[in-house]
Amino acid sequence: MNPLLNLSFRYKIPLWGGLLIITATLAVSTALIAQSYEDLRSDLVSSSASLGRTLAKTIFSAMIQEDVWQAFAIIRAPLHETADDKLVQPEMIMALDQQERVFVSSHPKSVPILTDIRKLDDEFAHLARMIVAKPGPDAPIVDFAGARRFYAAVPVAEEGARLGTLVIVYSNDVFLPRFRAGAWRGAGIGLLVLAVLLPINWYWGQRTAAPLIALARSTGDVARGELLAPPPGTYAYDDELGRLFDSYGLMVKSLREKTLLEEEMIRSERLAAIGRLSAGIAHEINNPLGGMLVALANFKRRYEDDERAGKTVAILERGLTQIRDTVSAMLVDAKVKGRDFAPHDLEDIRLLLAGEAHQEAVEIDIQCGLTEPVALPATLVRQILLNLLLNAVHASPASATVQCAVQRVSGSLQIETTNAGSAIPPDLMDHLFEPFVSGNEEGHGLGLWITYQIVTQLGGQIAAESRDGLTQFRVTLPVGENHA
Amino acid sequence: MKLARILGVLAALLALSAAAADDRTTPVRIGLTPTFPHDQYRPLEKWRLYMERKLQRPVEFTRRDRYIETMDLLRLKKLDFAWICDYPYVHFKKQVKLLAVPVHEGHPYYQSYLIVPASDKTTKSILDLKDKVFAYTDPYSNTGYLAPRLELQLAGGDPARFFHKTFFAWSHRRVLESVATGLADGGAISSHVWDTLSIGKPELTRAARVVTKSADYGFAPFVARVSVGDEEFRAMQKLLLEMPSDEEGRALLKELNLDGFIVGDARLYERTERLIKAVGDK
Repeated sequence: MNPLLNLSFRYKIPLWGGLLIITATLAVSTALIAQSYEDLRSDLVSSSASLGRTLAKTIFSAMIQEDVWQAFAIIRAPLHETADDKLVQPEMIMALDQQERVFVSSHPKSVPILTDIRKLDDEFAHLARMIVAKPGPDAPIVDFAGARRFYAAVPVAEEGARLGTLVIVYSNDVFLPRFRAGAWRGAGIGLLVLAVLLPINWYWGQRTAAPLIALARSTGDVARGELLAPPPGTYAYDDELGRLFDSYGLMVKSLREKTLLEEEMIRSERLAAIGRLSAGIAHEINNPLGGMLVALANFKRRYEDDERAGKTVAILERGLTQIRDTVSAMLVDAKVKGRDFAPHDLEDIRLLLAGEAHQEAVEIDIQCGLTEPVALPATLVRQILLNLLLNAVHASPASATVQCAVQRVSGSLQIETTNAGSAIPPDLMDHLFEPFVSGNEEGHGLGLWITYQIVTQLGGQIAAESRDGLTQFRVTLPVGENHA
Repeated sequence: MKLARILGVLAALLALSAAAADDRTTPVRIGLTPTFPHDQYRPLEKWRLYMERKLQRPVEFTRRDRYIETMDLLRLKKLDFAWICDYPYVHFKKQVKLLAVPVHEGHPYYQSYLIVPASDKTTKSILDLKDKVFAYTDPYSNTGYLAPRLELQLAGGDPARFFHKTFFAWSHRRVLESVATGLADGGAISSHVWDTLSIGKPELTRAARVVTKSADYGFAPFVARVSVGDEEFRAMQKLLLEMPSDEEGRALLKELNLDGFIVGDARLYERTERLIKAVGDK
């Protein structure tokens, strides 16, 4: 693969654009330069042909009368004009006789009268051959490859009878600088165009590439599973790229939702499985346990006097009672019927927690948004509130305040507890509602599990969140019809 | 018979009155030749106006490059006066009367200068110009044609074959230009034109070099047509002779590079006459 094709768009777009601009500018400049060369040449051809014809006509009578001075004055006239950059001045004008000897030349010092031009140099010899070969009035321009000069050779003739030849000589030394000046001008314009277009192209390339690059990076992140990686930024316009950005946003959002949903489902299923397992175990334990406790009660009654046996039985009884308590705690039964949860229950909760709060030096601020009872079993809601608030109190640092808000939100009861203190570690968050998982040393790790079981059985949801030094639990319970 | 006599008297009277009218309104016609730089318009126009004021008559200048044309015009009575070269004056002596002779640097004489381009450092005499291009002024010029031919003859050359090519430039000034530009390898011009141009156009005389100077010849004279009336002749002669006596005349003479005019006589031109004979004999 060509490494050039693997370059980032950041470089590829400006490079290709620049290449195109340079190519186009070069092409246009070259065309302009070629055009100016052609213009200059055709100007020279037409002006020298016209000058040649005029002079040939004028000089005819001077030549036929052998009036050297008159002929000299005629061919000197075009050269006496003041030098003007716009005009290519002939280097020399000469009138030749029928034998291609100089009748008169504008520069008699270098080309004296009666010089045979064949003896001047190769170019003039060539010119003489061409004049002899082509004596007609056409093709007055003689220009051969590699020559140092241009020649316009016009016959001095009347009705086809040739008296001589008028030759106008242009030096390339005059022609080339003018062409070079034109070429430099063309090149200068080209450079100016490049100087303007290339930075614009670079800027445009960067601008076009930047969102693509951001999108590519973000897509790469997502492909690696980093769904929470920073977004590729915004793109303000509604073109294909804009639609791509929108689609990308939607895709990432739905991916993220799907992932969250999957995690939630896995957690719920795990919790449900644990719930079923623990309920099953609790039942299996409860049945023999009931029998054992009954048997133990009978045994106690029969051997009331035996002090030693009594002690042993008491140990057994306490152990079995603890087992029963634990098991029954795991057997959450939401099907308890009772009165509805009412605002005064919150007052009870406050009283119940006052001692614990005082001991931990924590304030509890309960905001009651209820005015009438809610169709939810009071025992269970109280249990939820007690569990959450006790956790919050224990998790709070000293002299902090635990916030609690209870309110109706469109067909459901919403409970929020908020406390300061160290955040819940992310690895604990996943297993937060499982039994025997605890954030601190003291708790047995059943509080939140029980809360979760109650909430789930009531058809509600519970979510925990640690952010900005605050930990918040939010419980949403669907409210049925009033029991009252 | 009687009628014829009466008619004759009438015709004579008419002719007289016409002649009298002519004196005031018919212009004096003066021919100018390249014997002096006659193509300078501005100073010559001032001279013409000066003459008109002095003569109280219109004055016309007729410029012709070729001496023979001016001589023809004199012969055809198209001109009354002319400033010509000494050679045609001597040659056509019967057709003209000497009016006045210009004085330059105190003498009524001038010379022929043999000139070559300034770049030519080697030419010492006309013989060094063998097989070169030579510019003459006019076949009726003394200093620009006869004098160099005599010089060549005296030196043993044949003027008809000596040069590679010759041409007439039809004025002293153009001979100088031909030599200065290199068109001609040599030429002959009047000393007066050379001196005048060395003041007015020094770049021209700097580009050329005087090789030899001829003997003195009578200065190119002002002549009158033979048939010009005495009164007219005298008026014109007086005008020329009196030019140095007024300021404007002096200024004009300065521009013509002359001291003034004298009456002169035919003896001034004896050498020219001998020259014509010497060259003509050949």
